[in-house]
Amino acid sequence: MKKEINFTLNNEKVTVEADTQWTLLYVLREVLEMTGTKEGCGYGECGACTVVIDGQAVNSCLYPIMEVEGRNIITIEGLMTKSGELDPIQKAFVDEGAVQCGFCIPGMIMSAKALLDAKPKPTEDEIKESIEGNLCRCTGYVKIIDAIKSVAGGR
Amino acid sequence: MGSFEYLRPASISEAIALMEGSGGRGVYIAGGTDVMVLIRQKKIFPGCLISLRNIGDLAYLNTASGLAIGSAVTHNAIAKNEFIQKKYTALTDATNKVGSLQIRNVATMGGNICNAAPSADTACPLLVLDAQAVIAGKDGDRKVPIDDFFLGPNKVALKPGEILKGFAMPAFNGRTGSAYIKHTRRQAMDLPMLGVAARITIRIDGDEIGCKDALCTIDNISNILRRFEDEKLVCEDIRIAMGVVAPRPMRAKKAEEALKGKVISEALFEEIGEIAASECQPRDSIRGEAWYRRDMVKVLTRRAILRAVDRVIRPDDMIWPERLW
Ligand SMILES: Cc1cc2nc3c(=O)[nH]c(=O)nc-3n(C[C@H](O)[C@H](O)[C@H](O)COP(=O)(O)OP(=O)(O)OC[C@H]3O[C@@H](n4cnc5c(N)ncnc54)[C@H](O)[C@@H]3O)c2cc1C
Ligand code: FES
Ligand code: FES
Repeated sequence: MKKEINFTLNNEKVTVEADTQWTLLYVLREVLEMTGTKEGCGYGECGACTVVIDGQAVNSCLYPIMEVEGRNIITIEGLMTKSGELDPIQKAFVDEGAVQCGFCIPGMIMSAKALLDAKPKPTEDEIKESIEGNLCRCTGYVKIIDAIKSVAGGR
Repeated sequence: MGSFEYLRPASISEAIALMEGSGGRGVYIAGGTDVMVLIRQKKIFPGCLISLRNIGDLAYLNTASGLAIGSAVTHNAIAKNEFIQKKYTALTDATNKVGSLQIRNVATMGGNICNAAPSADTACPLLVLDAQAVIAGKDGDRKVPIDDFFLGPNKVALKPGEILKGFAMPAFNGRTGSAYIKHTRRQAMDLPMLGVAARITIRIDGDEIGCKDALCTIDNISNILRRFEDEKLVCEDIRIAMGVVAPRPMRAKKAEEALKGKVISEALFEEIGEIAASECQPRDSIRGEAWYRRDMVKVLTRRAILRAVDRVIRPDDMIWPERLW
């Protein structure tokens, strides 16, 4: 059963023919071929699939595509400027050495983005809360927290 | 995933009509954090999903008399609400700890209660806050005390097609405090191996609340309880609820009875923990063994009550030192 869905993706209007049972993650990766957003567990546990919907960090693997109608979605692909420059959060992750294998990073950065957009100067506890649902099996989190802190300080 | 239709009704009556027309194969979906996982794990095969997300009448939060919360209000919206933080703190404790921020941004309290896992975090707080479930059916609304709403694991008192509209809680007087303690192995993203909530209304027959200073320090629990006893701190009303210790979240009614109307003392406190532990029937599971859960019920019951008392006596201190009690 296909239906037409309209939404805003990284500040551009898009229309997708979607099967009613697809998730947002499936549409991003398999239909729109934007593979920056990762699938780890597929069950809401790991946060690799985190995107920002109407300002809030959400697991796209559990988000029915049919609920996306009319909403505003930002993925990791939406952070870079048109001229190819990295977002300050992305830069901070690189500068602080917060990236190892990189699999969790798009999700981590989207969680950080939702936090910093709502609260430019968060406390350390708020930073930790924001990435509570993002698993990283490489870094031990310390450098990730440092990276988010450095953006918060620099703004 | 099997194929299903996805319907987005705009009103409660429309949703109920769609459910009736689904031939028994429709499933309501709110935040979807339970439903989508079940579908992805191929544990349910719905013919259609009927979304409750776009129904304004399920998204209310009203504080005019007591507290009324629509079933579709998200955990995060509840956790961040300042009125609830002050007056219905056990709910703040619970909603703050559900899953992760990503989950709390979409998952609803109605979904948590209708899914009715023995470990549902918001169940114990709603039990101690005397919540009533407001249920909408095709013949109008009805109310059921939340204690009668849970029938067993994943079983609730909704008839086919009925929608949980929300929760109604009474107003409590200013000498009332509540708390929920979620016992987990890691701080985030874990279901509780045990959860205990308490709500207490206290009365002080003496003329001074000296125990306030004691609560501010890291004094040990015996000294604090002795102060309570010296100053005749009476437990006027009490509710205790426990999760993950039985097929459904449950009240510790005998323990409540033993404390009600009495001056709080160390001896009584010991007894309350023992009684609560004798009331529950925990099982061994991957999250913890029965003997451990039973022992921890004793500890957490006391801690939850003390935390609730603390919140009456020091209402402005939302942040307290994590003490051994
Ligand atoms: C990664 C992860 C972590 C989690 N952590 C926790 C946790 O720490 N603690 C915890 O308690 N839970 C946890 N959960 C479970 C889940 O998030 C909660 O139970 C949540 O509150 C469910 O709400 P929902 O809106 O997503 O429900 P949905 O999945 O939409 O619905 C759940 C059930 O309730 C029914 N339903 C929903 N709303 C209504 C209504 N208004 N009327 C009638 N029926 C209705 C649905 O048909 C379905 O059967 C976790 C889930 C995931 C995926
Ligand atoms: S893939 Fe969505 S949370 Fe793991
Ligand atoms: S960098 Fe490898 S999982 Fe986080």
